[in-house]
Amino acid sequence: MIQFLVHEKADNIGVATVDIKTGETAQGLYMDSQESVEMKTLHDIPLGHKIALTDIAVDASVIKYGADIGRVVAEIKAGEHVHTQNLKTRRW
Amino acid sequence: MSNPKVMAYRRENGRVGIRNHVIILPLDDLSNSACEKVAFNTKGCKALPHAYGRLQFGEDLQLFFRTLIGTGANPNVAAVVVIGIEPEWTNIIVDGIAETGKPVTGFSIERHGEIKTVEMASWKAKEYMHWASERKREECDLSEIWVSTKCGESDTTSGLASNPTVGNVFDKLVDMGATCSFGETSEVTGGEMIVKERAATPEAAEQFMALFDRYAEMIDRNKTDDLSGSQPTKGNIAGGLTTIEEKAFGNLQKIGKKCKYVGALDKAVAPTGPGLWYMDSSSAAAEAVTLWAAAGFVAHLFPTGQGNIIGNPIEPVIKLTANPRTAGDMSEHIDYDCSAILRGEMTLDESGDNLLNMLVRTCEGRLTAQEVLGHEEFVLTKLYESA
Repeated sequence: MIQFLVHEKADNIGVATVDIKTGETAQGLYMDSQESVEMKTLHDIPLGHKIALTDIAVDASVIKYGADIGRVVAEIKAGEHVHTQNLKTRRW
Repeated sequence: MSNPKVMAYRRENGRVGIRNHVIILPLDDLSNSACEKVAFNTKGCKALPHAYGRLQFGEDLQLFFRTLIGTGANPNVAAVVVIGIEPEWTNIIVDGIAETGKPVTGFSIERHGEIKTVEMASWKAKEYMHWASERKREECDLSEIWVSTKCGESDTTSGLASNPTVGNVFDKLVDMGATCSFGETSEVTGGEMIVKERAATPEAAEQFMALFDRYAEMIDRNKTDDLSGSQPTKGNIAGGLTTIEEKAFGNLQKIGKKCKYVGALDKAVAPTGPGLWYMDSSSAAAEAVTLWAAAGFVAHLFPTGQGNIIGNPIEPVIKLTANPRTAGDMSEHIDYDCSAILRGEMTLDESGDNLLNMLVRTCEGRLTAQEVLGHEEFVLTKLYESA
């Protein structure tokens, strides 16, 4: 069963399509290439929320839709929940 | 590969419509009653009551005239009866619609009274209904169908699947040489630089920024608190959206991956050529679709997450959702369910083809959920109070 989707190959996050529990090996799918991907989760990822596919350093960009959606403000490990605690807009 | 063909109505000015409405159009709020009586007497035609048309002035009056004339001129409309309290403004609407070459007649209530006006207008509406009923659909190219889009009651399934499905269709339509439009100025706030970058030319980017700045000034004049920190909303954040860039990109999935807009239009202004166009518009669904119909668009693609039920009296609204709960418990409002994308059972490209197929079927006469349910929200945009 698919548990998260990744919009594009260039993205470093996926989006949960179901609620995913900590420690699960979640099954994902790239929407552009239809390739499968697996990710062991370090946090609960609620439906609609983002899961990191790689480690992402402070000040680097989170990439979704192949585009920069903001600046990392706390180091992110692959499998972590990406949200307001570690990602901020570059606008304000 | 040649473009799909659709059986549709070619109007006197060459534009193509997918519906064949005879409308009874009130100039003003006072004339709604007469229009509804004519529509009762004359089966098959449609009255479009609204709240305005008296003592408007300046830019607000120009938008009002443009919206009413554009509604009558829309190629989904075969013929129009206009009824107003007085002849002067009534004739402005009639003359504007008459430029398309379609049949249109105006009646004014002063010096006749409502009962006599209803009688005269009913005779004319009956004549138009007979005439319209003999218009024949003919083979037209899908690229001749002007298509608009906006989303409503969006949630995370919108950015994941239903908005990108519309984007896949827009990329395909613009490749075919079609005329398409998107807007929702308020929804791009914070992501306006992203929209600016999708312009095909520096001129188009400047047109967009001028409309955006005008909108931002209007908000500044009327705001009750500082809105700059309000995007994304608390509801968006609870749903998983983190930044304004992410929200704007999700919204912009509706315009696909490739196509760029060739110009930015003021409200209810018709495009002057094929391609993708930005149109300044509210994010309130009924107001926005009324403006696109007045700009000449004949079909609307409406992705929804939680289930917006909006319709329009002359521009069919095709609703799609990727939210399986909405597709289940609000199924009477949904024309196309693309939730299979979320289960990994359908690609975006397949979903785009399915929606394109639903567009073709709608063009050829399939009634949308909104049409069958009678959702006919005709909502005029008012810029400021009347004199």
